[in-house]
Amino acid sequence: MPPLRTPTSHNAGTGSGLGVAVALSDLRRAYGPVRALDGLTLEIAPGEFVALLGPSGCGKTTALRVLAGLEDADSGRVEVEGKDITAVPTSARDMGMVFQAYSLFPHMTARQNVEFGLRLRRIPAPRRRARAGEMLDLVGLSEQADRYAHELSGGQQQRVALARALAIEPQVLLLDEPLSALDAKVRVQLRDEIRRIQLEVGTTTLFVTHDQEEALAVADRVGVMRAGNLEQLAPPQDLYSRPATAFVADFVGLTNRLPATIVGAHAKVLGTSVPLLPGSAQSGTVIVLIRPESIAVTADPAGRATVVTASFLGSTGRLRAVTESGETVVAQIDNDAVATFNPGDKVTLIPRPNPALAIAAD
Amino acid sequence: MNLQAAHRRKQSIFRRVVLGLIGVFFALPLIGMVEFTTRAPGGGRSLHTWATLFNVRVIDADYPELKTGLLSSAGLVVLTVAIMLVMLVPTMTWVRLRLPGLRRTVEFVCLLPLTIPAIVLVVGLAPVYAWVSYFLGESSLWLAFAYVVLVLPYAYRALDAGLTSIDVKTLAEAARSLGAGWPTVMWRIILPNVRTAVLSAAFLSVALVLGEFTIASLFSRDNLQVAINQLGKRDASLAIAAALAAMVLAFTVLFAMSFVGTGRRSHRPEEN
Repeated sequence: MPPLRTPTSHNAGTGSGLGVAVALSDLRRAYGPVRALDGLTLEIAPGEFVALLGPSGCGKTTALRVLAGLEDADSGRVEVEGKDITAVPTSARDMGMVFQAYSLFPHMTARQNVEFGLRLRRIPAPRRRARAGEMLDLVGLSEQADRYAHELSGGQQQRVALARALAIEPQVLLLDEPLSALDAKVRVQLRDEIRRIQLEVGTTTLFVTHDQEEALAVADRVGVMRAGNLEQLAPPQDLYSRPATAFVADFVGLTNRLPATIVGAHAKVLGTSVPLLPGSAQSGTVIVLIRPESIAVTADPAGRATVVTASFLGSTGRLRAVTESGETVVAQIDNDAVATFNPGDKVTLIPRPNPALAIAAD
Repeated sequence: MNLQAAHRRKQSIFRRVVLGLIGVFFALPLIGMVEFTTRAPGGGRSLHTWATLFNVRVIDADYPELKTGLLSSAGLVVLTVAIMLVMLVPTMTWVRLRLPGLRRTVEFVCLLPLTIPAIVLVVGLAPVYAWVSYFLGESSLWLAFAYVVLVLPYAYRALDAGLTSIDVKTLAEAARSLGAGWPTVMWRIILPNVRTAVLSAAFLSVALVLGEFTIASLFSRDNLQVAINQLGKRDASLAIAAALAAMVLAFTVLFAMSFVGTGRRSHRPEEN
């Protein structure tokens, strides 16, 4: 079947070549005294999957809604494929969107929902039906095509919503926390499916979530937002292992905050020298942010830390210890090592030589 | 177990007694009306009045005021319902979508007529209707403007319940993201999903307009109730029959309303 609209020449995706570049430039949006967007600038490459992550009220949903045209920015530009669409109404933006709340039209069947956008584009009935069938097949719901929304589970409804958004071959796919209303098992399942489908169709995608695991699992790049702006935009692994700011280090994953002193390009922490990440504080007494998995633990009667708890977490274990100087340190240990540590045991904590971020002590 | 059964039996008896009393309360006047309209002149029973009421030729020739009143009320019903829906549905939807802060104010304004007696409304509307007559003529149909005010509280409540039952904002945004303009959103997404509420609002308005007397009478306009009142001075039996027929029609409409849109229910499957 031929595509509904002409594919662009740019295509980073592996799918049908519908990816386009998206650029948000210096977006500002205030709700009274609250600045939801405070000069947000974000560029998304054609076919790329970018996730925006951040705490409630950081502006991630506002950014997505401004891109969709559902909110107006006070200032700034929204560009898609180099064209300024800031003043273009939502209905003319050619973007598919999946919402946090169930958004299927209750008076239509799953198939009719998927056909809705195509009907508005005056696609002939046979082609419309075929396309709807294809999309429902893509999300694994061909069997449920004639069911109404109230006859579908939450996960199935979000799948149909995804099929409906993709059926119009949108320039950009917008996902506004589409998994947050689902239970944990379905969430993981659908999250992986979304990524598979996005890779298959190659549509440029912006995914908003407050669940860091979700963002890290599916996105090409993850943007951490704070107070209406991006703190860091990087591939998941970089974001985790090379956080640019203390906020990113704290927000993504667990982090120990340990006092240290700077010695050249290294920090001396828990008696061990640790290389520093770019952007770290350069001198004096600092706080070093170290991941639990970057701390090795060995049982040692002469050790200078005392075990507080050792917890079994299934695939891994977590040990909490207190140093002689009173700092609490969390370390990741093997799950089978959990039983070997008891509260009160003496241990030695040795930071691994992974680069870490150092921030000023105050 | 026996205590529970006895308790249930007591409750059932109580329910039946209450229902019976309510039934008698409503039925007695109706039975009285039927009894009155079926009295034969020389004693006994006759359906002559009812036969006259449904004989279009006789009504047309001998009771033209009834025909005029009926036609006026029919026109008023259509116009009132149309103005009410065109005014209220988009406004209430827009307030939910864009001006949620105004919801309480709109609700207050819409419920206000409930607290104002019709006679007070007439006093307020009199100067307005002087202008309406000046610009649009003396037709009874323009009573529809006043009737829209009168039906606002009931229509608002019915529509509000319908709009509350769906996520208007998300549905509208989903439709717009798929390429729908506002008219399409209203016509193809919002309206079909508040169909029951729209019908409820319409039927309540129909019942109210069919029974309205005060405003029409004080403005010296024709409608069914004014015609029945005039008819009562000439032929009490026919007037009561007409009133009973109008009431039965309103009851039927309201009864039908309770069955509209109650289909399409099933259980949501478990996640798998």
